[in-house]
Amino acid sequence: MFLNDWLITPLRVIWDDWRARVGGIIILLYVLMGTIGVVLISEPRPGDGPRLIRPFQDWAHPLGTDINGNDLFAQTVHATPPMLEMIVAGAVFTTALAMVVGTLSGYKGGIVDRLLMTFTDILLTIPGLPLVIVLALVLDPRQPWVVGVILTINAWAGLARAIRSQVLTIREEAYIEAARLMGISTWRILLKDITPSLMPYVLVNFVNAARTVVFASVALYFLGILPDTFLNWGVMMNYAYSVGGALYTSGTAHWLFVPLMTIVVLSFGLILFAQGTDRVFNPRVRARHASQDDLEPGEDDMSGEVATQIRG
Amino acid sequence: MVNYYLARTAQALFTVFAVMTLAFGLIRLMPGGPMDFVRAQLQQEAGAVDQAQINAMVEVYTNVHPEQPLLDQYVDYMSGIMRGDLGVSMWYDRPVSEILAMALPWTVFVMTISLAFTFGIGISLGAAMAYAEGSRFDSISTLVSIFLNSIPYYVAAIVMVYFLGYESGMFPIGGRISSDVTPGLNIPFIASAFYHAALPIASFVITAFGIQALAMRGNSIRVLGEDYLRVAQLRGLPPHDIALRYIGRNAILPMYTGFMISIGFMFGGSVILEEIFAYPGVGFYMFRGIEARDYPLMMGAFILITVAVVIGVYVADLTYGKLDPRASTKGGDREAF
Repeated sequence: MFLNDWLITPLRVIWDDWRARVGGIIILLYVLMGTIGVVLISEPRPGDGPRLIRPFQDWAHPLGTDINGNDLFAQTVHATPPMLEMIVAGAVFTTALAMVVGTLSGYKGGIVDRLLMTFTDILLTIPGLPLVIVLALVLDPRQPWVVGVILTINAWAGLARAIRSQVLTIREEAYIEAARLMGISTWRILLKDITPSLMPYVLVNFVNAARTVVFASVALYFLGILPDTFLNWGVMMNYAYSVGGALYTSGTAHWLFVPLMTIVVLSFGLILFAQGTDRVFNPRVRARHASQDDLEPGEDDMSGEVATQIRG
Repeated sequence: MVNYYLARTAQALFTVFAVMTLAFGLIRLMPGGPMDFVRAQLQQEAGAVDQAQINAMVEVYTNVHPEQPLLDQYVDYMSGIMRGDLGVSMWYDRPVSEILAMALPWTVFVMTISLAFTFGIGISLGAAMAYAEGSRFDSISTLVSIFLNSIPYYVAAIVMVYFLGYESGMFPIGGRISSDVTPGLNIPFIASAFYHAALPIASFVITAFGIQALAMRGNSIRVLGEDYLRVAQLRGLPPHDIALRYIGRNAILPMYTGFMISIGFMFGGSVILEEIFAYPGVGFYMFRGIEARDYPLMMGAFILITVAVVIGVYVADLTYGKLDPRASTKGGDREAF
């Protein structure tokens, strides 16, 4: 029963939507690359192969090599684990903080709500990238998970707002009022009745946070603002751009474009997944799946409503 | 009503205040941070200059007076910024406010046009997609929108500067205007400004309009299902009125949230974008400040970018209150921001 409710049905709903299916497979590939790939493919070392091989020429180096003969594919693979760590740290941080602030603010109301929302609005207004740059420079983070948290330092504010307004709506629902009249404690109501209806926001936020981390970390490593203590696609781009002069030196462009494509594909997968999974939590869709019915065409399309709503 | 505007104004001012305090805290309190750095740099350059003189120079550069008690330093720093004194750039050896004042109009120019195009294209495409819901046009546009949105704007920038700048030479690879035009209200100058801004604008617009189109599509479809629309049709109102006043207005209102987020996103992004295009705006100078560890310049640019965004969001917020009466009667309780 538990397995059916929490695993099989959601997975079947996800599999039914092509966007979520494609997105999920892409994300899975990156996770495999960061876990199994690291074991299978040896770490890149200078002089592994000839210098500046173009991609798809030599199958010993499928994506080519850089100016020192470093294998680009190996570099891409070995940059994945720290990236995954950053993503998880950032996603967990934003989700946890936004859940606490959003539910507390929405359910408590009054002065707590005022204070929390003023704080949230301020963070929401401060442009993220300059703030992150300044913090990264001053704090000089060296662990992937710290970088992840710094990069999402104000990314949780949008979700907190969305969750608050959801809680405000749900709070007035008849079944919540009934629960309150039955003398069920506030925390139990929050946990049992209100949290489940917030799950789509949380999931979409997870994916959005992942995207924020990927975009921002690559940007900051590319600009050389974060210390290059571990491999990152942005570090690869930085070397290609500054050392290799990839923009104006012939034969070096692939060095820049390999990490570029890596980012775009991952980001595409994340967005597709977020757009497609919106429906997983739509109770009507789930009920149909539970009773093995097929979906009627045209009825299910939420067009990634939540996904577009809380993108920050 | 008055309450709403008052609350919004207070919040905007408070945000600016909070950011300045943060900047002060970062400059002053971080161990091994900017203050020590500036001091070490000066000591190295000046050699055996006595401590008092070095302190005086630190004061000029960072606008912080290290000798005074913390509270006095803070008050001095804040009032300095209020008067427009952001310290002196160590790299350029010019007042930071002077450098940034020259750069700000260009950043605002690029960002305003980018925002206009992003939302212009996003809203019209989204409306068209909703109108043709379920058609081939709709699904292809959706896919394209998602795909373009998954490209980081700086990736688009690099690709464009590579192909359209370096490879084909169709567009300039740096600068705000070409050197042979005279600034002023003449056509060559304006044309040159647009020509140089074209790629930065395109990088933003191409990667950003997709999400807005999807949002507009979602809003329109939801409005199309509302009961009051059926009533309006049954009352025999002309389709033109229904499309504009009923669907258009109600579908566009929620887009304001995205608009306000985009202001911050784009201004913040100028740090990366202007560096890639070597476009001397505020972001470009912030990056110069970072590279040279020129903290006064960096912090000045950070404060200026934030203030610009706060003003932008503030103005957007006030007009939102005009368009959506619910916003101002609820006492500033904006929904689902």
